[in-house]
Amino acid sequence: MRIVIPLAITFVAGMIMVLNFFVPHEPFKLLGDNLQEWYMIVASAAIFLGAMNLLHVHFRKIRLKLKNWKYSPVTIIGFLMMLVTGIIYGVVEGMPFDYLFQSAVVPMGATMFSLLAFFVASAAFRAFRASNWRATLLLTSAFIVMLGQVPIGAMIWDKIPLAKVWLMSVPNTAGQRAVMIGAAMGVVATSLRMIFGIERSYLGGTD
Amino acid sequence: MRRTAVLLALLLLAVGTVAAQGVDPPERPESAVEEETGGEERPSGPEEVVIAPAHLTNTVRVAALDRVFDLQATDHPNDAGGSVSLAWDFDIKDEVPDSLAVIRRGPSGVEERIATLGGISTRYTDTTVSDGDSYSYWIESLRPDGTPAAVSDEADASSSAQWIHSGRVAMLIILAALSLIIIYYIETAKRGKKLYIREIAGLAAVDDAVGRATEMGKPVLYIPGIMDMDDIQTIASMVILGRVAIKTAEYGSALMVPTARSVVMSVAQEVVKESYLQAGRPDAFNREDIQYLTDDQFGYAAGVDGIMVREKPAAIFMLGTFYAESLILAETGRSVGAIQIAGTAMPSQIPFFVAACDYTLIGEELFAASAYLSREPKLLGSLKGQDAGKLFFIILILLGVIAATIGQFWAPLSSVADFLRSLVAVS
Repeated sequence: MRIVIPLAITFVAGMIMVLNFFVPHEPFKLLGDNLQEWYMIVASAAIFLGAMNLLHVHFRKIRLKLKNWKYSPVTIIGFLMMLVTGIIYGVVEGMPFDYLFQSAVVPMGATMFSLLAFFVASAAFRAFRASNWRATLLLTSAFIVMLGQVPIGAMIWDKIPLAKVWLMSVPNTAGQRAVMIGAAMGVVATSLRMIFGIERSYLGGTD
Repeated sequence: MRRTAVLLALLLLAVGTVAAQGVDPPERPESAVEEETGGEERPSGPEEVVIAPAHLTNTVRVAALDRVFDLQATDHPNDAGGSVSLAWDFDIKDEVPDSLAVIRRGPSGVEERIATLGGISTRYTDTTVSDGDSYSYWIESLRPDGTPAAVSDEADASSSAQWIHSGRVAMLIILAALSLIIIYYIETAKRGKKLYIREIAGLAAVDDAVGRATEMGKPVLYIPGIMDMDDIQTIASMVILGRVAIKTAEYGSALMVPTARSVVMSVAQEVVKESYLQAGRPDAFNREDIQYLTDDQFGYAAGVDGIMVREKPAAIFMLGTFYAESLILAETGRSVGAIQIAGTAMPSQIPFFVAACDYTLIGEELFAASAYLSREPKLLGSLKGQDAGKLFFIILILLGVIAATIGQFWAPLSSVADFLRSLVAVS
């Protein structure tokens, strides 16, 4: 019963969504729309679970003086500060919540994103080593694409931007579509496995 | 060899993606915006679609002296009923009406204006009708003061609901065929026939990765992506998490799962708990190890990076949906010396994982992971069916390419190419 009920729910919900895609007639449209709304409601309610988990984990770290517990007060204070200012002053522009968001959260997010530039450089440095003919081909292709992207490429040779366009629109697009078609097949197979109860490891067993 | 070729294509893709990210979307001219909005507020409710005729883009608006003609009213296709589509054209000579009024006469005979549109509107959908009742529509072109200048002919229509979406019939047939193929292979596997499944290096290394963490006395870090449970990749990731959790339970390694969504956290907690139960180690399950960090994309990246740097996990799994944070996570994981197994179906992020991780599951391999790790005949059968479906699409694509190429010189094959295209087109 512990397995059967979740499997039945998965089957019914999955079939409703599949039918909702192919059958525009009621009641499938209404059922499909309702299921999606239910998910939104569940997800919204689960935010409290997340917040409780965050507070629980960090208060526990502080209480038991676990490893790196000194970071936890910072997390809790930050969380409570945003929560309290949001509740008291609202989230409208010019209010303390907005000030904290614009002055702290946004710059910190931008800082993390900026790191990407350095990580791209370090990853490219490793990937673009001409260690064999295939890696050399990769390096050459990447070099052409990068040159074709900037004005100096056309100044060196006016065909470089055209080569870049060809590389991006033919071999690159072909590879991208191959991945997407393969992934789409995987999505279909995974969905079927779950809807028909073939895949049940997420329920903790195979019986 | 094959893997290198894929690597080549994907790294090219990555370079292109990074380059493309620096390009701002083209700004739309103000005139285009005005044409779409009609330069005035619209009544909310029914859907309105406006397409400006090409020859009107530079005309000056003048009084409504023009006649709307060829008004067509039809049942809105592929819906649950309750809507009628209107389309019309203008008889104009460099002049545009100031505005248009859509008038409807219902089954009771009452006439009412149901919408006022911009002067260049050519379509409207009335979503306030009752199925089976007949309605008459006409369009009045209006002067700036709102008085009618000209009236179109009437057009009648009634709405109805459709049982099958006509634009998705071919897809339904293909899906049914694929399902039958997959079910056939599942049944074949259940009968005991041995199925060949090619080795996937990234999945074969899962045991090694968990074993390495155990030997080093360090935790395993599992990152399920940044999307919610309504994303199929997150669902696939949860399935793999169950398999990995069984191994960490058996080996006695610590498993940490930081999540970016509350629902994912709840699901992950239950999945890991069930796996520890199945492995006979419920005592080793620690709910606090599966924790929620934040919904914010880069806040999550910062939090996970912090865990990596502080805890120094020996093995890191990054399986699910990732966006720009993929390389930030993968490079940080690499810097702490962890063995990294990543997998995603996001084409733009795969090259980053290939460059920074030890093993990468590319696209479909992410969805094959559970079957591959379990080695259960039924799941392997579905995997074989998945491959057969892929073969079907490869043949379809090859036929399409040949037909489209030869069709350039020989018309009959061009129509074959169009037919094949219509098979896979979804509206």
